[in-house]
Amino acid sequence: MSEPSRARGPAHSTDGREYTRLDAFRALCLARFRESYREPEVLFWGFVFPIMLSVGLSIAFRNRPAETLPLAVVAGARAEPTAAVLRAAPLLRAEVMEEEAAVRALALGKVALVVAPRADGALEYRLDPSRSESAVARARADDALQRAAGRRDPLVNTVAEVREPGGRYIDFLIPGIVGMNLMSGGMWGVGFNLVDMRIKRLLKRLVAAPMRRPDFLAAHLTMRLVSMVIEVSFMLGFGHLAFGVPVRGGLASVFAVGALGALCFGGLGLLVGSRARRMETVTGLMNVVMMPMFVLSGIFFSADRFPQVLQPLIRLLPLTALNDAMRAVVLEGARLSALSSSLAVLVIWTLLSFTVGLKLFRWS
Amino acid sequence: MREGNAPSVVVRDLHKTYGNVEAVRGLSFEVAPGECFGLLGPNGAGKTTTIEILEGLLAPTGGEVVVLGRRWGRDDQAIRERMGVCLQQTVLSEKLLVDETVELFRSFYRRGRAAEAVIREVELTEKARARVGTLSGGQKQRLAVACALVGDPELIFLDEPTTGLDPQSRRQVWDIVNAFKAGGQTVLLTTHYMDEAERLCDRVAIVDHGRVIAEGSPMHLMTSLGGEHVVEIAVREDGAGPLTASAMEGLPGVRAAHAEAGRVVLTVTEPHVAVPAVLERLRAGGWALSGLSTRHASLEDVFVSLTGRHLRDE
Repeated sequence: MSEPSRARGPAHSTDGREYTRLDAFRALCLARFRESYREPEVLFWGFVFPIMLSVGLSIAFRNRPAETLPLAVVAGARAEPTAAVLRAAPLLRAEVMEEEAAVRALALGKVALVVAPRADGALEYRLDPSRSESAVARARADDALQRAAGRRDPLVNTVAEVREPGGRYIDFLIPGIVGMNLMSGGMWGVGFNLVDMRIKRLLKRLVAAPMRRPDFLAAHLTMRLVSMVIEVSFMLGFGHLAFGVPVRGGLASVFAVGALGALCFGGLGLLVGSRARRMETVTGLMNVVMMPMFVLSGIFFSADRFPQVLQPLIRLLPLTALNDAMRAVVLEGARLSALSSSLAVLVIWTLLSFTVGLKLFRWS
Repeated sequence: MREGNAPSVVVRDLHKTYGNVEAVRGLSFEVAPGECFGLLGPNGAGKTTTIEILEGLLAPTGGEVVVLGRRWGRDDQAIRERMGVCLQQTVLSEKLLVDETVELFRSFYRRGRAAEAVIREVELTEKARARVGTLSGGQKQRLAVACALVGDPELIFLDEPTTGLDPQSRRQVWDIVNAFKAGGQTVLLTTHYMDEAERLCDRVAIVDHGRVIAEGSPMHLMTSLGGEHVVEIAVREDGAGPLTASAMEGLPGVRAAHAEAGRVVLTVTEPHVAVPAVLERLRAGGWALSGLSTRHASLEDVFVSLTGRHLRDE
């Protein structure tokens, strides 16, 4: 194309710069970065919400000191001496009540246990076997009363207290929230955003320019990886500073697992957003994909709690794999080589979602 | 690489079918370099389908399309480097600033114009650091045009460039297009506004139901009516009954007459001859005149005379 052959007035002179494909890629990345960090929702869901969630849950499920349990002693001849023994015992609070009142208190959950001393010296415990604190109260009460009555324990024992970070609920929670963030970030950041651009006909406008289509998608994923580094550092840093959550694995391993998670959910986002032309469609699809993983994949509680029959299925979910791998690296300092099955699940989902997503993708 | 005066755009026997709906059925035209060519027609005539095929965004069902001497499917990247596009209703990214948006589009082209210069040309310099989301409709449209211009194209496509804009914004867009034309570049636009086509286009193809039904310069099309002026007359209902078009035919200076919504519309060559004759005929027939207007013929009249419908009829 010979430039001088085009008759131009001075207003139409070119800027004299020659842009390369790399310049365009860089500009696409920059635009993507600006768009996402100027979106208040992104900042809220990416940073504020996870903090609120972890603080809220850490308060609700904090590791409490053993709880003092209330119990009732049925009024009668032997009530006072029995109550006196129980009051002296640790972690119990005994109150003498008429039988009727004691039964009602148990039914209402105001006491964990009713102790009815009989005239012959025998004891009757009344409790609700489905309540764990009832069982604990019975064990404590029985222990105290038997010893007071002269029982001698044949085995000598001592207790060593262990309070090490890594085993608390908050330690479990923080890597789970990192995983959850990577899932929502990928799904919304890629999938929802692509549909939004398609609806606004911005995708169509971009492909009418000499923009390289693969570069556009690559820029989206590159910026997901950049966001991943920011979000993972932020969340683990917050967990460490606020709660002393340890990061035992190497940062390279942490970010390698994070990158794989970000790519996997970026791919799923691409797949979910590959064809939809309506917000309702993509929002519905997102929920269908994400809801089961929110529940099953061990964000807030261990996935092991689900029945054995479901376990093989749950292990195949990408978020389960990501959470398992992230927890192993962060809490146990596991090396990547020890995580091959989780990482394989992530790799397979990544390849699958990109292959299908790119095949189905439409620009208009 | 402009080869002499080879046309910038060639469309031959273009067809596009969606399912069993034929949006474009055998459309043909050519656009010469440096020309501003308009596809004028009502909504649903197939204009947007045609322009999107030319932009390489849709594949035709049949027919031939040559853009800047090249064909889609073979030289896509080369065509895109040399054309600018302004789609109907694109919403550019609201979170980016105006200059960031133009810079982004500049980066896609190997060679192009400085973003700043283009922003100045579309009179958005004051808004250069504003977020796109804060712009008015007219400013957004001028930004969309800036994105079409920043690659220093030889040819720009404008699909309904002023639909939905206020009169002042429309004139601003027209000025930008005229300035672009003055630089010697080619413009292909679609519109359903006759005044837009009259004001911007060197040549117009009137499109209806996926076909070109008339083609030529606006002046040529208007004179093809047989007269350059239009006289509209209306009569009172309590007079000698409804006025018919046939009652007005054959009068001196009257080339054609048709009835329309209670009025009779005449195409005339010389109003100063025709109007007295019309008034005389009304008096003789016992009709009482309730309204009379004369104006220059417009492309709207051309469309009406060809199709019996108005451009804006939905």
